[in-house]
Amino acid sequence: MNEIVEGIRQAIQLIVSLNPEVLDITARSLYISLSATLVASLIAIPIGGFIHFKQFGGKRGLITIIQALYALPTVLVGLLVWLLLSRSGPFGFLQLLFTPTGMIIGQTVLIVPLMIGMTLIALSGVSQTKQDTVISLGATQLQTVITIVKEARFAILGGVILGFGRAISEVGAAMIIGGNIKGYTRVLTTAIALETSIGDLPLAIALGIILLLIALIVTALLFLVQER
Amino acid sequence: MIEFDHVVMNFGKKDVLKDVSFSIIKGEIFTFIGPSGSGKTTLLRLIDMLERPTSGKILIDGTNVTKLRDRAKIQVRRKMSMVFQKPSPLRGSVYANIAIGLQFRNVNADEISRRVSESLELVGLEGYEERKAITLSGGEMQRVAIARAITTKPDVLLLDEPTANLDPVATEKIEGMIGDLKKRFGITIILSTHDMVQGQRLADRIAVVIDGRIGQIGTSKQIFYQPMNRAVAHMVGVADILDGVVTENEAGLAAIDVNGVRIAAGSGVSPGTPVTIYMRPEDITFYEKDSIRSSARNKFTGRIIEVVPMGPMVRLKVDAGVKLTAVITQRSFEELGLALGKETELTFKASAIHVVERTDTD
Repeated sequence: MNEIVEGIRQAIQLIVSLNPEVLDITARSLYISLSATLVASLIAIPIGGFIHFKQFGGKRGLITIIQALYALPTVLVGLLVWLLLSRSGPFGFLQLLFTPTGMIIGQTVLIVPLMIGMTLIALSGVSQTKQDTVISLGATQLQTVITIVKEARFAILGGVILGFGRAISEVGAAMIIGGNIKGYTRVLTTAIALETSIGDLPLAIALGIILLLIALIVTALLFLVQER
Repeated sequence: MIEFDHVVMNFGKKDVLKDVSFSIIKGEIFTFIGPSGSGKTTLLRLIDMLERPTSGKILIDGTNVTKLRDRAKIQVRRKMSMVFQKPSPLRGSVYANIAIGLQFRNVNADEISRRVSESLELVGLEGYEERKAITLSGGEMQRVAIARAITTKPDVLLLDEPTANLDPVATEKIEGMIGDLKKRFGITIILSTHDMVQGQRLADRIAVVIDGRIGQIGTSKQIFYQPMNRAVAHMVGVADILDGVVTENEAGLAAIDVNGVRIAAGSGVSPGTPVTIYMRPEDITFYEKDSIRSSARNKFTGRIIEVVPMGPMVRLKVDAGVKLTAVITQRSFEELGLALGKETELTFKASAIHVVERTDTD
């Protein structure tokens, strides 16, 4: 019990004193997950828009598959991307395994289905009447799509924030693809896993508190966005 | 300028429009009147090319628009504007809402700003530019929707039940505005409504839409007083619809035998012809026995068998050999001492009766 209280005390000290290692890990975590969120947005929002606005065979089935992938296990994504990026894999020549870029790819793969799904939900939240109104006002197809996406922007942003939340809190893909290399691919989640197992509780708790704060901020942002 | 040529529209197995043909003249106010689900909205959506008909042609300024490609369609559609029954405000300010049609047309910012203020003035919402659209009341929002539609200076304005969800004051404002638009800009206005009286107030011509077909097209006077068939008559509130046979005809004054009762009517139909007669319930008057010398040719005594109060009016059903429905003011109802089960004298003019030859299909 004493050990835990002491751990928390030291953890707070680490945060308040702006411990370089804590700051370094936090910054890297934010960099990797924000990058993944950005890349995933650029992929998921247009795909979501395409699925929403186009009529094609198998649309319902495709949406079901996307929804099933929300729950994609992170270690599975880690394994998949590891296989693709490993020396003998098809993209081995890029030498991205155990690099931050590799981790960004992994997290992107992880959150793209969720963000496509959220984009679809956001767009179907815009009523058919609204879409008809826009068309009747003389919009071209492209103008219609842009206007409807703008109408749904806060709901879409909600999906983006949700995606970021999943990226920054996952540990499986980051561990497998990044390898938890100190000062290079070590992020909040992988560091907590390691420090806990080797018994450096203050550092693990400090990083845990920071991760919790980020999660809280994300949730608060999501709430604010959805209030709009 | 807009012509429907045998247009059929099916949604899945449902026939929404069954062989509809009509044409709308440039500069008129043309109204589709009909009950909910009769196909009015679909007619407007077809004109705006939001739907493609299952078969038939739709000509706009001579072009068959059912075959147009997207790009050409947009060019035609940009000469029209549609206001939907449910106004859908887009996010943002009133200004952004009204400006959007002009932005789609790549109009420059100065011109947009000028035209937005102009349109807001036309709908009586000067200075509303910076308000958030979603905070407006239903009536205000519908006016913004109209401003949004007219700011692009369309040749044709389509209004789908523009006052269906509004209170009487807002309705009056919108109706006034519609009349103004026609007068000031000569816009062709096509609107749908289920409100007979609104149709009468606004329209140059009315098309009665019943169950996916056009029952009759004409001026409000024609529709209200000379309905062509039972369905139209019902729709426009003609309550007395009776079948009979013409027994005599003397210089346009026909005697018609309806169930043994002789009714005089102005009509050229010759004796022996089976007919249906239509009469508006407002055209029947009641009087105290021997109190007036009416020029009306039809005088009957009957028993009141039903009394339904309708605000300031009362609807009566009277059995005078034939059952007749009449509407009188609450005041005359009281002054004449009428009541359920009482005998009463009633009269109506021969000219109040519209006679239509009966055919098997009717």
